[in-house]
Amino acid sequence: MLHFARWTVLLVIAICLAGILATVPNFFSKQEAESWPSWLPHRQLVLGLDLQGGSHILLGVDVAAVINERLDALRDDVRQTLRDDRIGYTGLAVHDEAVQVRIRDAAQVEAAEEALRDLSQPIGSILTGTSARDVSIEAEGDGLIVLRLTEEGIQQRVNSAVEQSIEIVRRRIDELGTTEPTIQRQGADRILVQVPGLDDPARLKALIGQTAKLSFRMVDLSMPANEALNSRPPPESELLYTQDDPAIPYLIEKRVMVSGEDLVDAQPGFDQRTNEPIVTFRFNSSGARRFAVATQQNVGRPFAIILDNEVISAPVIREPILGGSGQISGNFLIEEANDLAILLRAGALPAPLTILEERTVGPGLGADSIEAGKIASIIGTVAVVIFMIAVYGLFGIFANISLFINITLVIGILSVLGATLTLPGIAGIVLTVGMAVDANVLIYERIREEQRAGKSAIASIDSGYRRALGTIMDANITTFIAAVILFYLGSGPIRGFAITLAIGIVTTVFTAYLVNRLIVSEWVRMRRPSVVPI
Amino acid sequence: MILLRLVPQETHIGFMRLRRMTLPLSAALAVLSIALFFVVGLNFGIDFKGGSLIEVQTKESPANIVDLRNRIGTLGLGDVQIQEFGAPDEVLIRVVEQEGGELAQQAVIAKVRAELGDSVEYRRVEIVGPTVSAELARSGTIAVLVAIFAILVYIWFRFEWQYAIGAVVATVHDVVLTIGLFAVLQLDFNLSSIAAILTIVGYSLNDTVVVYDRIRENTRRFRKMPFADLLDLSVNQTLSRTIMTSLTTLLALFALYLFGGEVIRSFVFAMIWGVLVGTYSSIYIAAPVLLYLGANRDGGAASKAAAAAEGT
Repeated sequence: MLHFARWTVLLVIAICLAGILATVPNFFSKQEAESWPSWLPHRQLVLGLDLQGGSHILLGVDVAAVINERLDALRDDVRQTLRDDRIGYTGLAVHDEAVQVRIRDAAQVEAAEEALRDLSQPIGSILTGTSARDVSIEAEGDGLIVLRLTEEGIQQRVNSAVEQSIEIVRRRIDELGTTEPTIQRQGADRILVQVPGLDDPARLKALIGQTAKLSFRMVDLSMPANEALNSRPPPESELLYTQDDPAIPYLIEKRVMVSGEDLVDAQPGFDQRTNEPIVTFRFNSSGARRFAVATQQNVGRPFAIILDNEVISAPVIREPILGGSGQISGNFLIEEANDLAILLRAGALPAPLTILEERTVGPGLGADSIEAGKIASIIGTVAVVIFMIAVYGLFGIFANISLFINITLVIGILSVLGATLTLPGIAGIVLTVGMAVDANVLIYERIREEQRAGKSAIASIDSGYRRALGTIMDANITTFIAAVILFYLGSGPIRGFAITLAIGIVTTVFTAYLVNRLIVSEWVRMRRPSVVPI
Repeated sequence: MILLRLVPQETHIGFMRLRRMTLPLSAALAVLSIALFFVVGLNFGIDFKGGSLIEVQTKESPANIVDLRNRIGTLGLGDVQIQEFGAPDEVLIRVVEQEGGELAQQAVIAKVRAELGDSVEYRRVEIVGPTVSAELARSGTIAVLVAIFAILVYIWFRFEWQYAIGAVVATVHDVVLTIGLFAVLQLDFNLSSIAAILTIVGYSLNDTVVVYDRIRENTRRFRKMPFADLLDLSVNQTLSRTIMTSLTTLLALFALYLFGGEVIRSFVFAMIWGVLVGTYSSIYIAAPVLLYLGANRDGGAASKAAAAAEGT
């Protein structure tokens, strides 16, 4: 046990040096560390949001809305298909997560089924070779045809909605100019947004919480809006309200002239005459063409600009708008105009996002936590160091050297992995300090015992290490299991704690069993002791 | 150099004789903890119950909590807890989950911010909606159960089934008593508490495994010794290590408790308790349980392999 092969010695020393080297960048500022030559490690510990301050926002994609929208589109497609093929039908409706339609003429059911089959698309590429389709079509007798979204079809829709939402959220947040936001997918339908250094996320939430579906539609003048309030609005129109207080109702055609998808640019600006904040926009060529045609046909009539089912403004078309650009004025504040331009540029979310969880730590609390963590670690470590020397003397010093290397390795590994240091993570390091010496304690107590049993100094040390090894492994593997489970099932800061705990266990076994043993064996070689001073 | 000896060189404490007192005591405490859990219940934090939490620092010190309570009371947010947190000018405001889904929780913060305005500094804002809180509660419970099960399997593999059961009994005892502590003191039970419990599970097992290791070793060395004496011997032999490790861990934990800040104080408090209970249980629960389960005197296959390794 006290003999080391040359290569083991070199390996142990190399690992310790690498650990120290990886820790060094943390003592310099970020700029300094980044200016070092590339062969030097320059990664630093990333501070968690609970330490540097910032916002953690968990968003959920509204899966029900994704499905409903898909069903509505499918219903419209069915109507179009049957009309095109001149097949008579009744009772076309979305019902129980499916589109139902009844074909009038029993002889045409087969033809209808055939025509509708085109609405079902295969899922995935040819490469994956799956035969799944996104819609299943079944004739249920009596002329009834039911189109259901398949499990795979729904999954695909939700998946692309989440991906698309992440992209749009990223574009919106980038516009805010905050530093290093992270936006990542979590689970099937969640998006996690983390923005450091933000102490009031109200504006951020307003920006990502809005679907921003923009459409330009004609105002329906066939009946006054107030009359539609009391009776039923015409089937091709709906009642929408302004944001004012009290809200003013407008009767708006369901048919969309041009939608936000056709926008290529939007910028905040000021109206030249009234000097009030506005948003100017530009359409792409097809949008511009449609807008030109629609405005040419409807000079003198009002149209409405609708954002997320609210009427922003309803101006009268004075002359055809042919250039493909225009402006939106709606009694905006400057910041509102600014945000609306951001939203329009970034595009609409495919489905509404809901904020499921929010955790924001102000910069003051973060700084206090770092300070408290530092003080607690130093005091805890010093107390343990003193205690070990008091109990084990020289061997306590040996243990403390391994403890120092242990902590260095933990910080070094955390830095290299780019792991995030959280407040519970600091607690994990301090706890590692407390438990790290356990391995040494096990060995030393064993050496004491062996020596009491009458063995020579060298034999006691040798069997002390040998016998303690199994115990150290068993004891640490059990804790390691707990740490791994904590990592997989935990979230956020708790994960940080689990990572430091797990790394701490590995480095503890390494330092107690190799580093400490190496030191002791060197000492034995130099001193040739007859008694172990322990 | 005179070294500090916390435990005399050789102790002959009859731990197993004490089992007639300690086992009923532990059982009673465990039953009491479970009863408290069901009757009084835990003071679940927003992680598991949903709702919002706002930590503010007031401009004047100490904070005028009565005034804050009056102002926030008028907002109609239902049950609101307002208490000092760590320092006289720091206040923790907790608002129960609002009816009306995720959006309603968001409105709470807007209302509180509108009422308090710039008169305070917002140090921390946490909002947990109903969807996430239910998930966190479920995954937290699963984490503890899975951890205990995985460790059971490991110890079964390394030792024998009696040892696995003994270790799990001891661990469950520690978890139950920790939950009892949370119920008695009505400490805020949140995600960190689950982490604390899992750490306690790890620590307690660590301790238990060390004692078991020695028991297994001694069963090979002293084949004629009565099992109760053998358990006593093993616990006595490992006693100084058990005490030492508890002390170093407690030293580190107390440093965290006193200087680590208010945010993790309840987390650390639970761990301090867990270390105390875990140390107790590996001596007074884990070892005596083996006596009742009639652990194999022979040591079993695993220890034979170890014995073979030792012979080389």
